[in-house]
Amino acid sequence: MSESETHVELRRIAKRFGGVRALSEVDLRIARNSIHALVGENGAGKSTLGKILAGVERADDGELLVDGRSVAYRSPRDALLDGITIITQEPTLVPHRSVLENVFLGVESTAVGVVDERRNARRFAQLVAETGIELPPRRLARSLRVADQQKVEILRAIVRDARLIVMDEPTSALTLDESDRLFELVRRLQGFGTTIVYVSHFLAEVLQVADTVTVLRDGRVVRTAPAAEETPQRLVSAMLGRSVELTFPEKEPPAPDAPVVLSARGLSRPPAIQDVSLEIRAGEIVGLAGLVGSGRSEVARAIFGADRLDAGTVELDGKPLRLRSPRAAIRRGIVMLPEDRKTQGLLMLRSILDNVTLPHLDTVSTAGVVSSRAERRDAGRLVDSLDVRTRSKTARVSTLSGGNQQKVLFARWLFRTPKLFIADEPTRGVDVGAKLAIYDLLHGLAKKGIAVLLISSEHEELLGLAHRVLVMRAGHVVAEFDGGTMSEDAVLHAAFATERVA
Amino acid sequence: MATPATALEQHVHRVLRRADVAVVRDYGVVLAFVALFITLSVSSSVFFTWENMKNLAFQTSPIGIMAVGGTLVFIAGGFDLSVGAVSAFSGIIAAKTFVGTGAGLWGSLIVGALAGLGCGVANGLLVTLGRVNAFIATLATAIIINGIAQVITSGNLVSVEGDRFTTLGLGTAWGVQYPVFVWIGVAGVCGFLLWLTKFGRYVYAAGGNAEAARLAGVRVNVVRASTFAISGLCAGIAGVILVSEVSTAQWDANRGIEFDVITAIVLGGVSLLGGEGAVWRAVLGAFFLQTIGNGFNLLGTSTQWQYVIKGVILAAAVSLDAWARRRRA
Repeated sequence: MSESETHVELRRIAKRFGGVRALSEVDLRIARNSIHALVGENGAGKSTLGKILAGVERADDGELLVDGRSVAYRSPRDALLDGITIITQEPTLVPHRSVLENVFLGVESTAVGVVDERRNARRFAQLVAETGIELPPRRLARSLRVADQQKVEILRAIVRDARLIVMDEPTSALTLDESDRLFELVRRLQGFGTTIVYVSHFLAEVLQVADTVTVLRDGRVVRTAPAAEETPQRLVSAMLGRSVELTFPEKEPPAPDAPVVLSARGLSRPPAIQDVSLEIRAGEIVGLAGLVGSGRSEVARAIFGADRLDAGTVELDGKPLRLRSPRAAIRRGIVMLPEDRKTQGLLMLRSILDNVTLPHLDTVSTAGVVSSRAERRDAGRLVDSLDVRTRSKTARVSTLSGGNQQKVLFARWLFRTPKLFIADEPTRGVDVGAKLAIYDLLHGLAKKGIAVLLISSEHEELLGLAHRVLVMRAGHVVAEFDGGTMSEDAVLHAAFATERVA
Repeated sequence: MATPATALEQHVHRVLRRADVAVVRDYGVVLAFVALFITLSVSSSVFFTWENMKNLAFQTSPIGIMAVGGTLVFIAGGFDLSVGAVSAFSGIIAAKTFVGTGAGLWGSLIVGALAGLGCGVANGLLVTLGRVNAFIATLATAIIINGIAQVITSGNLVSVEGDRFTTLGLGTAWGVQYPVFVWIGVAGVCGFLLWLTKFGRYVYAAGGNAEAARLAGVRVNVVRASTFAISGLCAGIAGVILVSEVSTAQWDANRGIEFDVITAIVLGGVSLLGGEGAVWRAVLGAFFLQTIGNGFNLLGTSTQWQYVIKGVILAAAVSLDAWARRRRA
């Protein structure tokens, strides 16, 4: 690996999204044929940086030099002309076409405009031989696992002569095994002379695969150093800055005689959920851990009535509950902060107040007519008390930052005091300040005697907040830990079902 | 001395620059309409007269009424292609009821309008319970309803003898035809529903993000189906007005009118994607569309060109909207 030659250089790159500064004064040099990792917390700007490299986003300020030339990409297509492409968290294939067609999309071998099937098949076979990526060429893209879809994207990049591939959180949806195979592939790509920019927040995997690591915090570069000189601990303190510990409120165990609020027995909808039982008492926070796809969110959605179940019973305060619809659940006092606030939570085009009162319009209206005064009074007070930072409560929700959007959803579900509060990834994509505020909120809910079901991919969060943690794997609850037995190691161990713990 | 003036100028400049994209997007249609209005007022002495304005409103009212109903469907994320067929069907029911039963004038008209409501309910059920794409569902019902209309009339005209039947279509109060008042009433009611009621909030929610609305406890299907029912009722009302104007009902009378309605809605700036829009936009869009035709007549230009102009303006309106959206995002 030649250390000297620069492939891409960024000078004083800056990018804003609305009022949020995503990147400021980023200087970075990426050596040719290296594997260069970008790490940082959610919102640190690492993905944005990757997207600017690949022409998905445009920098507001600064200079991007590729092969020593100053460039200004207006689209991913422009970047591709310079051999730069990006592979994102969600593969972007044409679902109803075959692997082969997806790989060669736009660069098919043709004879007088007609696709030359035989030549494409030959090219594909050659590609497989060169890269060692085995894929069934005739399978439809949508029938592939995410790991295989990523392989299609990688082949696609190779076919287009990509000399720099940005990989944005490529392992977030992969199993440990699949991740290992991806690392092998990344190294093989490096062997062909490709430069890889590897965006991830999994530190162990970054140190395993990268040559150079750049740490970002709040849109700025903290440092760039050879991976050999870094350790996970050093990276974490660089990411957090001055080793800021995420502090959790002191846990207060529910009263020993606290009644059981939620009791779920034998919830099943194979393969997503298989015979899941759980109990939550008043004032108790129960954490649900597991990998993405292990069935955590499905359990939450089933209890909330968002999805149908094949079997199982749910009791609320000892009374059986028919899980017909979210509407019915809300009426009984079950609320859910959904996994993805943009697609499942908020009406982005509507105001903050509209979003808060949507499920509670009955209480602020008479004979079907909404009283904007009552709305502003009741919802407004809540929005203030949750410290949602905004110029106006009638501003569109889309103008808020991620943390404030999440607080709007909290306000929605605290408008009427619920019995069971389900929070699915409540801190995803919010900054550290908002995170702490959300921890306090959840803690406060439990203190008020509300039962809380918390789902999170950040184990630190689960361990810091929950009184008990259930671990799910492949639709089953495979382990349960309480205050005495809880540890990150144990949770990960159960989630992965492996001796190898990251 | 010039400093305050320049400072003010700079400030205005800054505000304008920040605002221009949003203004063009939100009020472009108003600006365009005002421009057309002024142009016609200047170039034709007849255009801006009480008589012409009154006629313009009268001519626009059937399309305007249907555009108001259609706006609710659009905002809730749907699409209604059936209003042409529904309006013709409603007209036939009204005429047949008047001729064949003792329901009387207003009774027959109400029966006709309710027939439209029934068609709208069918659309709503097909789209929600039947899970058929709104475009296809309303296309299918349009064909079916057209067919039923043809069957019950055996393909013939239904003529109503006497002047009494034209009371709704041609009667006036203070010199203004009744359909104009009906339009104002329908727009008022729908505007009220949309702006001030729970139902209105649910309509915006269902169209803006159906899954989020469902997870917030909104009965999205009920809301969507209701908008189709309202659109059907509006088409029924427009249908009985149209029949009442001419005293004859015909199964294929209003063929193609749905495209005028959709044009009016889109021209007014109601988003095709749902979740955004307002009743005043549909009203303005309908006026805009009719004014173009009116202008052609008054200026004596060849009317053959008016469709070309209408189409160009529609395409321009939509691309302007898309452009402004992208700029904002």
